Amino acid sequence: MKPFYACNSLEHAVSRRHFLTGSAAGLGALGFADMIRASGEIERRNKRVLVIYLAGGVSQLETWDPKPGTNTGGPFQAIPTNVTGVHICELLPHTARHMHRLALIRGINTNMDDHGGGAYIMMTGRRRNPGESYPHLGAVMSKLLGDENNPLPGYIHITPGSGNGGFNRGDAAFLGPRYASVTLPDGNPPANLSRPNTLSELADAQRNDLRERLNNRFMQTRRSADTEAYTTSYDQAAQVMQRRSIFDLSREPAHLRERYGNHDFGRHCLLARRLLENGVTFAKVSHSNYDTHHENFDFHIEQLGEFDRTFATLLDDLAQRGMLESTLVVVMSEFGRTPTINRNLGRDHWSRAWSIAAAGSGIQGGAVVGRTNDNGTAVVDRQVNGGHLFHTYFRALGLNPTRNHYAGGRPIPMADPQASAISEILS
Amino acid sequence: MFIPRQVITQAAGHGPVKPTRTRLLQELRHNSPLLGCRFDPSGQFVFAGAQDNSVQRWEIYSGRKTAFTGHQSWVRAFAFAGNKVYSADYNGKILVWQTDAEIPTPVQTIEAHRGWVRALAVSPDGRLLASCGNDNLVKLWNPENGRLVRELAGHEHHVYNLAFHPRGEFLVSADLRGGLRQWNVAQGTQTRTMDCSVLFRYDGTFRADHGGIRGMCFSRDGALLACTGITNVTNAFAGVGNPAVVLFDWKTGMRTRVLRPQANFQGTGWGVVFHPSGFVAAAGGGQGGALWFWQTNQDNSFHTVTLPTNARDLDLHKDGNLLAIPFFDGAVRIYDIAPPHLRL
Repeated sequence: MKPFYACNSLEHAVSRRHFLTGSAAGLGALGFADMIRASGEIERRNKRVLVIYLAGGVSQLETWDPKPGTNTGGPFQAIPTNVTGVHICELLPHTARHMHRLALIRGINTNMDDHGGGAYIMMTGRRRNPGESYPHLGAVMSKLLGDENNPLPGYIHITPGSGNGGFNRGDAAFLGPRYASVTLPDGNPPANLSRPNTLSELADAQRNDLRERLNNRFMQTRRSADTEAYTTSYDQAAQVMQRRSIFDLSREPAHLRERYGNHDFGRHCLLARRLLENGVTFAKVSHSNYDTHHENFDFHIEQLGEFDRTFATLLDDLAQRGMLESTLVVVMSEFGRTPTINRNLGRDHWSRAWSIAAAGSGIQGGAVVGRTNDNGTAVVDRQVNGGHLFHTYFRALGLNPTRNHYAGGRPIPMADPQASAISEILS
Repeated sequence: MFIPRQVITQAAGHGPVKPTRTRLLQELRHNSPLLGCRFDPSGQFVFAGAQDNSVQRWEIYSGRKTAFTGHQSWVRAFAFAGNKVYSADYNGKILVWQTDAEIPTPVQTIEAHRGWVRALAVSPDGRLLASCGNDNLVKLWNPENGRLVRELAGHEHHVYNLAFHPRGEFLVSADLRGGLRQWNVAQGTQTRTMDCSVLFRYDGTFRADHGGIRGMCFSRDGALLACTGITNVTNAFAGVGNPAVVLFDWKTGMRTRVLRPQANFQGTGWGVVFHPSGFVAAAGGGQGGALWFWQTNQDNSFHTVTLPTNARDLDLHKDGNLLAIPFFDGAVRIYDIAPPHLRL
């Protein structure tokens, strides 16, 4: 049934089904060219995204763009990778063995040294302007690539620490709250997944039946995006309860858990893989923290020591399960860190010449694009910004970034029209 | 500004010192931030490691500078035995040099540790060189030939510092989390642990370890051990915490006192020395730099010298009257704690 909304807006008209130009039931009405197109669209539905977010701003000099022996290089060496001629920092020895799967973008200039502003650019592909709000990449991909029949949320954010969980409706902006992210603090599953012992199965069913009848009556006259999201979230919760084993990492082999690492980041990455494997479209795992204004080098040893082995294991695991080709993996931060080393042996915020890495779906492993000068203070070749990155993610997933969202009937380009994809790293 | 040879000569013999009259005597300049420094045993030179991977040697009488190049990474640790100087880098290597070489070249390279070699020390009899590092190991070397004598395993975290007890029987090593281990040097056995965790904190907000023993030394009689670093950390990534020197009674192995600056200071203690006359001096940096002096029976410093920028180490000249401090701005500054009129 075609949904209708009390707000009578068109903003929900471009659903993922519509975007994907038809369902399997509609295939019979299509011509041959349409069928080819449709099969491509169905293929795209099997795509997913994993973002490893190195919160606080990881140093590009201690990761993807080392400058040893220069006045900004710090104490660490560059090491060769398994791709001839490509070197990364010695703090990533395990990752270096997976360079054939990784592409490096070394010429990023987002020109935004504020944590919130930088994160916004990296998540939306746009600069934050008053009065504007763009959906996060996760919300967009949840809408464009997600399977509406999957009970799990399309966009899940696994955060370290025991903070607040739940829906983050702002992440979806005009796409509507059903595409917003759900935060799982410390990777913990949503609370109360199991039916309380004090509630019988029959009583539980009766309560749900009453809720559904009241809800349906309300929806006859007062349907809105919020009520639909509310209904969806209830349905999702009920189905998630049935599939709560997804969150149980003890079901993974002990040797694999050990390889991921006996620490929060290792567990969170393993959980992310399980979620993606079970139909989540977009998983984001935050690793904290890299905001190293003080003693940058000691802290990068510690944090990247966790990241490196876990990330290499994650790539291996995805590849061995046949998931890597259909999963876009991006390692990003809100910005990089200053080439200049401050008086406290720290590096400060730096957005004018930094790097990210990507792997998996649509990515040409071993590619390196962009170049910074000898001591890393400026981009000297193939400068890109957040808009270019957004376009690139779309293309890597087989999506067209030049299409529009519609908010209140107003077309809004899915990616910044001023930018384009970084074709050099696309396969 | 150079030190007249006469000043050093007059200073010999640990004459009266007056820390409250400390004055800058000499500024020895390099063009890259400095990380650590030591006077050589003769008192003729001061060596410093720089962020340009070089070691710089200054003759303190004349200020003449000589570069020791060969390291591929930063150097913060030095030790001396015979006519050799040992310098250790973040890349796991110890380079051996002739201390007074006119044209220095490494006479030996020791592949010492996996990762950063954080500290070096030579035993009082000069027969052992000790090193420690980020592979959680302490190693003992024959300084004559660079051969490994013994490996001391047990630390579960990066080993930040070490010092030989003046009588030579024991070595103490200290790690990131303030775990101190006492080793019997001859037998290679761990004989005692001490707790200096007051100089460590796990920052739950940033999810990172912060602390470690940045400077460490024994009193000359061996009765006290001093460790310096940062305490009261509330924000590891902004360096919000306070410098402190922790004193241990060697006989009991118990912490006896935590020495703190009299005035509030945000930062880290990077170097500590005992003066033969009994007081303790430490230098550090954070919100600028400072040099503090304490009596060992009082918690608060009795004198503070404000330094021009962040200090990153501290050493005491053999004559007891000069302190060397390497700085973020590329200078080693020599401070005189026995003003000339006191030497007369």
